[in-house]
Amino acid sequence: MPIVKLVSEYFGNEEARNLKWRLEHGGYEGARKMFREMEPSKVTEEVILSNLRGLGGAGFPAGRKWSFVPQNTDKPKYLTVNADEAEPGTFKDRYILEWDPHRLIEGIIICCYAVGIHTAYIYIRGEYVRPFERMQGAIDEAYEAGILGEKTLGQDFKLDIFVHRGAGAYICGEETGLLESLEGKKGWPRLKPPFPALVGAFGCPTVINNVETISHLPNIMMKGGQWFADLGCERNGGSRLFALSGCVKNPGVYELPLGTPLRELIYEHGGGILGDRKLKGIIPGGTSAAVLSADEVDIPMEFESLARAKSMLGSGAVIVLDETVCMVKALHNIENFFAHESCGQCTPCREGTMWVYRILSRIVDGAGTPSDLETLKALAENMSGTSICALCEGAAMPLRSFLEKYPEEFEYYVTHKRSMVEDLQKDSVLV
Amino acid sequence: MPTLTINEQEVTVENGTTVIEAAEKLGIYIPRYCYHPGLSLAGSCRMCLVEIEKIPALQISCYTVAQEGMSVSTDSQRVKKARQAMLEFLLSNHPLDCPVCDQSGECDLQNFYMEFGRYDSRFLENKVKKKKAFPIGPHVMLDQERCILCTRCVRYTDEVSKSNELGVFNRGAHSVIDLHPGKTLDNHYSGNVIDICPVGALTEREFRFQCRVWYLETQDSICNGCSRGCNISLHFNTSRSHKAGGKRILRVKPRYNPDVNHWWICDYGRFGYEFIDQNRIESPYVKDSSGLQMADWETALEKTAQVIKDSLETSGPESVGVVVSPQLSNEDLQLAHELFVEELKLTNVAVENPWEAPGVEDDFLLKADRNPNRKGAKKIGFEGDAQTILEKVSSGKVKVLYLFWHNFDSKEALELLQNVEHLIFQGVNWHQTAEVAQIVLPGVTHAEKDGTFTNFEGRTQRFQQALLPIGDALSDSEIIVRLAEKVGHPLSVSLKEAAV
Repeated sequence: MPIVKLVSEYFGNEEARNLKWRLEHGGYEGARKMFREMEPSKVTEEVILSNLRGLGGAGFPAGRKWSFVPQNTDKPKYLTVNADEAEPGTFKDRYILEWDPHRLIEGIIICCYAVGIHTAYIYIRGEYVRPFERMQGAIDEAYEAGILGEKTLGQDFKLDIFVHRGAGAYICGEETGLLESLEGKKGWPRLKPPFPALVGAFGCPTVINNVETISHLPNIMMKGGQWFADLGCERNGGSRLFALSGCVKNPGVYELPLGTPLRELIYEHGGGILGDRKLKGIIPGGTSAAVLSADEVDIPMEFESLARAKSMLGSGAVIVLDETVCMVKALHNIENFFAHESCGQCTPCREGTMWVYRILSRIVDGAGTPSDLETLKALAENMSGTSICALCEGAAMPLRSFLEKYPEEFEYYVTHKRSMVEDLQKDSVLV
Repeated sequence: MPTLTINEQEVTVENGTTVIEAAEKLGIYIPRYCYHPGLSLAGSCRMCLVEIEKIPALQISCYTVAQEGMSVSTDSQRVKKARQAMLEFLLSNHPLDCPVCDQSGECDLQNFYMEFGRYDSRFLENKVKKKKAFPIGPHVMLDQERCILCTRCVRYTDEVSKSNELGVFNRGAHSVIDLHPGKTLDNHYSGNVIDICPVGALTEREFRFQCRVWYLETQDSICNGCSRGCNISLHFNTSRSHKAGGKRILRVKPRYNPDVNHWWICDYGRFGYEFIDQNRIESPYVKDSSGLQMADWETALEKTAQVIKDSLETSGPESVGVVVSPQLSNEDLQLAHELFVEELKLTNVAVENPWEAPGVEDDFLLKADRNPNRKGAKKIGFEGDAQTILEKVSSGKVKVLYLFWHNFDSKEALELLQNVEHLIFQGVNWHQTAEVAQIVLPGVTHAEKDGTFTNFEGRTQRFQQALLPIGDALSDSEIIVRLAEKVGHPLSVSLKEAAV
């Protein structure tokens, strides 16, 4: 399938983040059309029709999420845009924030109008300095031009947008961890239910959507939900950004219709494997996703197919691993991340992630034993489905899948106390 | 009022009841660390996971609200395995220093391991190092390595004592409980964190290394520290007192009473038990020319009776003054009333000590009146101020003064007391007032007798004898009954009745 340019239309265009230029190139037209033609409920209907899924990771249908927010409430309602993009391998939201911040603002206007929200927050990853500066710059410009504020786009609709910078924690990308952090507390995920749609930021109903999800809204308003739904595949509307990295010739962000085969992404758009080596595995949706083996490369990149393959589309971060990658060390690297980023609130994650990391460290140092692999498998099981949020599960998924799909590498490592892949390389079979 | 089944037993509960509470109603105990009925829910220890029909994932029973028709299992294979897993996680970085840990014997890590764990350890890694055994306040030691991060103490200081000293710092396996910068755990209710800590992370500095808990005996009691009358348990050991510097009472713990103190007590009550074992009057004393001399009961009581009888005969009932104490039990006071007011018809009887400084009072437990039974004394009929009686001493009208417990902390009062012809003191501890008496009669503390106190709300609560009276001391009731016989007015109650 061809590359499409919905949210990525102006990536790399130095002019696009200037309001004046952007207004001359379709900026805020979707929102204007919405104000002209649609009641708020109609906007939500259109979004439900579009099959737009939450593109932060979980893939929850965006329109349905909005519909859970109570209509008649005395409390203020909030929109929180999740820009805490920190899943390893994921760098798509950054492109939107840096190159096309006005698209995000327009999307926010649309969502807020649909749900009846007058205050929106953009929770932006602390390490994202340039994206923050550009986003804040765009918001300032929008206020000056009267696009935001008391009369949004000249309409009788008040909207304020605030940018809140995180302090460097992956867990604050979990939606309730994000809310806690936004409220000035330690970023510990909340017990659910209640879900944020009922009790979110500051105890009020809150919509939380990913940057990319919100950025699709202007096009949906312009061209209709049906048009967007038709672009993708069944129950997966439109396109999404894939952040391609790892052992590929052309890493980067590619916007493709949902359902595009993984092979096409890697070999056509990504230019194939570095050095035309052999593909060994693919992490299809950020490091929380289970690894796919090379023979699963024809899988269509949409939420349901990947779920059936016991993995997930997640944040659309595709990490390609070729035959030179030692899977033991790759897993060690991944589990180091989760042990470092576990918030420490609940038992299985706090203790489990560190335990797994320490066992893997010992194996990588050549002090592993075959019984360690049994322990790792048991830990993956014990860490599944017992924690408050998905981080623990996110650490267990790669653990389980690496052990299942590449057992020979792990067994070799604990028996010979060194990496199978590196041994093969020494035999100069590979470069 | 949903009806649900737990382990195939049906139970109907109030709306909003959680599964863990519903199970309790059936007598089914679900293990827990972070859950405490007096605190908000954290849901973080994951120890109370249960299996609920039609819900694919295990649910934490502390957070799951009972629903009509719900079918819960707390002992399925899946639940047992999950509990084992959580215990294994919790113990993975735990130092397992039980042999030197004060919590040993009453530790929920030990208890739950024996009941729900019993797995073979497979943790081979280095444990995470944290700060060990450092004081965080005047009464509490923290060992971060033993801590399982249930956050009960953090929630307690946020929600109950509202003093906000504690927090969780760092993240992941390096998370620790610690003081917020610049704070110490120094509030009137700091000791409660020791009780709610399910492991050995927060231990009592006063109790540290004094006694293994399995050597402790316990007895239900009522705190005598103020007029709230918090329900407490006295923890004591009388066979190994060489281990604790001769102390018999080794610690005080709150006893749950939803109408008085819930799960809590204040630090004054918790750590104010030392008067029971220290500085006690252990024998009767009678003063001669060279000062107070030990005497036997017969001599001391005979002399007391003589002094009273003489004064009554020569100067009438107005010449004998009595100041009873609101530290005495209702039973003691009842007998004192019978003897002094009803039988001897004394008129100079008081209970108030004007020199007693009021204590701290707050809107939680502490009452300014630091006596457990003023309300009881009043109901029995004791009123009036000691100062009026002392004035009559100075004018020569009162020649004999019988003083219970009180220490008159005033230079002026002490000088007056020295001028009383006959000062009789009955109490438990030596202090400057006791020391100027001509006759000293040793009574017992609430730990050494049965009785009741009536708290400021009028609630009469029973305390029970934990210890034998120290030395030759006798219960205040017994002293009064014996004295009554000696003054020729035997009381109608038998000693046995008086003791109940």
